[in-house]
Amino acid sequence: MDDKPATSSLTRRRRSGLNVNRETGDRQSIDRLRAASYDRDEEIFAAAYDGRIVRRFLTFMGPYKRTAIVSVVAVLIFTLTQLAVPLVIRETIDGALVEGVRSADLLNVAVAVFFGLIFVNSIANYFQLTLVAKMAERILVDMRRAMYAHLQRVSLSFMDKTEVGRLMSRLQGDVNSIQEFLETSIMAIGDFVLIVGIIVVLLSLDFQLGLLTLSVVPALVIVRIIWLPIARRAFMRARQTSSIVNGALAENLMGVRTVQEMTRQAINFDLFEEKVRDNLHSHLRATRLAQIMVPTVDTLTGGAMAIVVIVGGTMVLDKTLEIGVMVAFLFYVQRFFDPIRSLMMQYNMMQRAMASGQRILEVLDVPVDVQDKPDALDLAEIDGSVEFRDVSFGYVPDQPVLKNISFKIAPGETVALVGPTGSGKTSITALMHRFYDVWDGQVLVGGHDVRDITQASLGRHVAMVLQEPFLFTGTVLDNIRYHKEDATAEEVIEAAKAVGAHDFILNLSDGYDTMLGQRGVNLSLGQRQLISFARAVVADAKILVLDEATANIDSFTEREIQIALARLLEGRTGIVIAHRLATVRNADRIFVLQDGEIIERGTHGELIAEDGLYHRLHSMNYASFDDVPDKLLTTQAAGAT
Amino acid sequence: MNESSAKRLPPRPTLKSGLKSGMDYQVPTLEGDHKRGAQALSRVARMALRYRWRFALALLAVVAAGVFQLLIPWYLGNAVDNATGLLEGGVAGADEAQTALLIAAGLIVGAAVLRGSFTMLHNYLGESIGLHIAYELRLAYFEKLQRLSFSYHDKIHSGDLLTRGMLDIEGIRRFVEFGILRLVLLAVLVGVGAYMYMGSDPVLGLLSLSFVPFAFWRATVFRLRMRALWRELQEALSILTRVMEENLGGIRVVRAFGARDFEMKKFDAGSRVALDISMERVGVRYTNTSVITFSYFLAMGFVLWVGGLRIIEGTLTVGELTQFLAFMTILQMPIRQTGMVINGIARASVAGARLFDVLDMEAAIDDKPGALPLKVTDGVLRFGDVSFKYEGFRGQATISNIGFEVRPGRTLGIVGPPGSGKSTIVHLIPRFYDVTSGRITIDGQDIRDVTLDSLRAAVGVVQQDTFLFTSPVSANVAYGEPFADQDRIERATDASQLHSYIAALPEGYDTLVGERGVSLSGGQRQRLSIARSVLLTPSVMVFDDSTAAIDAATERRIREALKELTKDRATIIVSHRLSSLMHADEILFLDKGHIVERGTHQELLAKNGRYRALYDLQIGGDKGDPGAAGRVLEPAE
Repeated sequence: MDDKPATSSLTRRRRSGLNVNRETGDRQSIDRLRAASYDRDEEIFAAAYDGRIVRRFLTFMGPYKRTAIVSVVAVLIFTLTQLAVPLVIRETIDGALVEGVRSADLLNVAVAVFFGLIFVNSIANYFQLTLVAKMAERILVDMRRAMYAHLQRVSLSFMDKTEVGRLMSRLQGDVNSIQEFLETSIMAIGDFVLIVGIIVVLLSLDFQLGLLTLSVVPALVIVRIIWLPIARRAFMRARQTSSIVNGALAENLMGVRTVQEMTRQAINFDLFEEKVRDNLHSHLRATRLAQIMVPTVDTLTGGAMAIVVIVGGTMVLDKTLEIGVMVAFLFYVQRFFDPIRSLMMQYNMMQRAMASGQRILEVLDVPVDVQDKPDALDLAEIDGSVEFRDVSFGYVPDQPVLKNISFKIAPGETVALVGPTGSGKTSITALMHRFYDVWDGQVLVGGHDVRDITQASLGRHVAMVLQEPFLFTGTVLDNIRYHKEDATAEEVIEAAKAVGAHDFILNLSDGYDTMLGQRGVNLSLGQRQLISFARAVVADAKILVLDEATANIDSFTEREIQIALARLLEGRTGIVIAHRLATVRNADRIFVLQDGEIIERGTHGELIAEDGLYHRLHSMNYASFDDVPDKLLTTQAAGAT
Repeated sequence: MNESSAKRLPPRPTLKSGLKSGMDYQVPTLEGDHKRGAQALSRVARMALRYRWRFALALLAVVAAGVFQLLIPWYLGNAVDNATGLLEGGVAGADEAQTALLIAAGLIVGAAVLRGSFTMLHNYLGESIGLHIAYELRLAYFEKLQRLSFSYHDKIHSGDLLTRGMLDIEGIRRFVEFGILRLVLLAVLVGVGAYMYMGSDPVLGLLSLSFVPFAFWRATVFRLRMRALWRELQEALSILTRVMEENLGGIRVVRAFGARDFEMKKFDAGSRVALDISMERVGVRYTNTSVITFSYFLAMGFVLWVGGLRIIEGTLTVGELTQFLAFMTILQMPIRQTGMVINGIARASVAGARLFDVLDMEAAIDDKPGALPLKVTDGVLRFGDVSFKYEGFRGQATISNIGFEVRPGRTLGIVGPPGSGKSTIVHLIPRFYDVTSGRITIDGQDIRDVTLDSLRAAVGVVQQDTFLFTSPVSANVAYGEPFADQDRIERATDASQLHSYIAALPEGYDTLVGERGVSLSGGQRQRLSIARSVLLTPSVMVFDDSTAAIDAATERRIREALKELTKDRATIIVSHRLSSLMHADEILFLDKGHIVERGTHQELLAKNGRYRALYDLQIGGDKGDPGAAGRVLEPAE
């Protein structure tokens, strides 16, 4: 098997990339290139403890209160039995094994106690481990679900400006680091109890020797205080470089087709190599810093043992200390630093968890703008009318996209919206579906204010075809009946035929059962569009909204679809954002929008006669109205005033 | 027809099987899976061995750390005996005992310091080897992904590839330190410990290690179970990731259809599967840990008992018993860690198998051995009887028997209904896919015989979909030629009618675009894509429906601007808008992968066939007879 995947070809490639160009002396370009390979990371350096975050997360613990209490009890039992083991050994030695008191019976009793103790210890161990871990897994699922469910409700403008990758890293990475933290946090209680327990036991066994032995602890604390800030920086740097590397990998993966088209492989490789190398070095440094503590702790442990051996040993020689106590001391010292070490690790984890917690809360705290009223109606039937009453709306305060829009569309009527980009067409359709709430005025569907109807029932009555056809992983069949899972195969086929998709679907490798991959590759844009049309047909809603859906369909299909749509729109209300004149002409009425206002309305014939913007646009013979250059529009507008 | 096709549909899949059937990779058999896992581990181990000195040193350090650690209980026991005044030879004087205590203390400190230093050394070296391996794998993986052809990326979901590149490499990285070295340490502690302590008292020695075979047996069973669980978990998480990713990416569709409940059900189903596996994993892992720990304590109890009896008999000293107990205390930590180590090994073997799957994948399209760079003399592109069928595609060939020639300075137009194979022709030219039969040549050289880099440098394809990288506009335009100067960039954006838009942006050419930057409209993206290709001045220019979102007037201006730039190049224009390609020197009308009509615009109009029908539909819509559409859609035959 070939296990030299990297090096040989790497060195060759490295030479072919940046270095060659470096020789040409274009330093500036190289810097620009480096700057251009955008480093994405979103590490938040949070405080190690933030009460606000912790309180919020305690609510996630709520359902598991009983489990949590049982776990804490298990941890305490485990820790206390752990703590008792050296004591039992001590009793065994001093009570049954020292010269003079040797007794097999006492030994048997002591050993029996030992067995009892470890039995309890093991059971407690099992429970503390599994209960806590399972609770942490459940909380992870709960938190992820809470975020995910919330994202289903937050306003679309938030979703528009947030990249999916970032949300995903919150749904996965951040949730995981909280889970990791939770899983170990209850152990931390045990560690803490163990430390206190050891100190108490040592001091009560022999105060003097105990104090002397524990004198090494301040030394450790001092070393830690010096070490911590340096190490922390190094750890953060390491994590940061990791997220940079992963971000770069993700982007290259998404754009891999462009990369290959442009033969950018060599350069991208070099840029990536720099990041990976940086990642390597920062991790090596972090490791060095982490490892430096190992001999430190060991030396201090050795020192403490030496103290016990010399001081304790002398005391035993002087008969001021029982030998069993010295042995117990040695056992305690041998393991004393374990809980300290794990607490330190816990501290790191807590820091990470706080940062993650903050990011999770950021998502959970995104306000939900559009929400069902408690008494919202679930309408079974509507009449298909649409009305806008003095609607004003915008995405950014003080920048209205729609200004006092009023219109009424009768059931069964088809209206075409035309106008340049940014004139507000898409916003009108979005409001109809209550993707957003209006600033002012009212949107009525079927005579009801959309805010009085449940969003689910609104979704049943208003079907939409979006500009970008989005297909989900699944069969063609599942994609077409996406929102109506119980649609039969016949219904699906009927819909596919209605939009003229049936033939090409049958030509796919598995017909309707063909799996569509990511982004529906292997289907042309037009074919993807057709499938999303069929989806809307299956929806069989009273109102059909077509949002620029015809833009990517070629004339062959468009004609066919128009025939299908004409049939489909029979008895339905249609609102079409149209590009092509052919589509516009077939509408019952046309609304011409400009700057958020309806400036003209009427039939094709009426508008042509009106000699306004529509007439001008029409005469310019542009294929699509939103392609009319802004320059032309402004000069027209200036000319008009 | 209707009924028969309805019958072909299988019963509606359940939610879970529906999710499962979306798996991108096959779930291998358990046996084959174990083999693959073992192969992956040995491969990682061999990679580690290439860091010869570091690895050797790490092994030495592990052994040394183990031995020094084992010495500590020994000295402790001696010290205890010294303190009780019982030296091996008999009762010693107090002064001698005092000196012996000092010596023991010194030895303990020495052993502790050395143990700590060697532990640091092997931890660091192990981690360092792991990090270097991760470095190599990251680069190799990155390179492989860049080389794997379109057909691969079509099949495998990018989210899945990303998980492999992030989590799986991480799993492998930890293998050297947490897998190999920890196991060696455990072996040293048990092996050397057995030698040292068995020598002093075979029965107690045996007793103190009696739990080891049991732990070993448990660990083996546990490892197999863990591996299976890891694999299942990884797959469940992949599915969940995809469900979430698609939901968030397609949130508008989800909202438009009010499909929230359906999507939540899908999520819950995926989540449930992952949770169940996680729960089982927790159960298996910690049952194992607890049982092993219990067996360890049991052994310790027997040591205490038997040791105690011997002390009472007078054949053992308290110090010696302390030695055994302290020795066992040392074993406690590594034994507790076996769960972690095994978990790590299981994870690494699954992760390794997944990663090597990709690394071993041969790029379907690659340079032939000894391929030479393409020598462009004139820049004549020829399709000779080309047919193509997507791999595993059951239906008819996507394109069949396509033949044409484009000479420099000439333009070929390709038009046809969706799915007629227009884009496929485009994808074959830069060898995104290889022809199934026939050949494509540039200046007489079969494109499969020349290097990919040289071929793709000579062919510029402007795609329908434009991917924007999160970087300044200028870098996006100059993506294929990052060292182009500002002049060249502006000439390209000028030609594609994008310059004035960019210049008007707040930060001009430095404005960040892409996922995190300013978003561009469909038309702007296409113009950027045109600029990208124009900047490269390739010998063959291919426009794949790349002006669909650009209005006719702007397109006309772009065409004017490009005229000068493409006057000595072969140009192919694929479009469904006739005005984009009417001026071409030859036009192919494609349907179902066949050329059904060809000729110049005038010739085709005169033919009064499907091209003519389309023309009437698009240009002369008003005047054209109503039957025109029908003729386009349904060929006369």
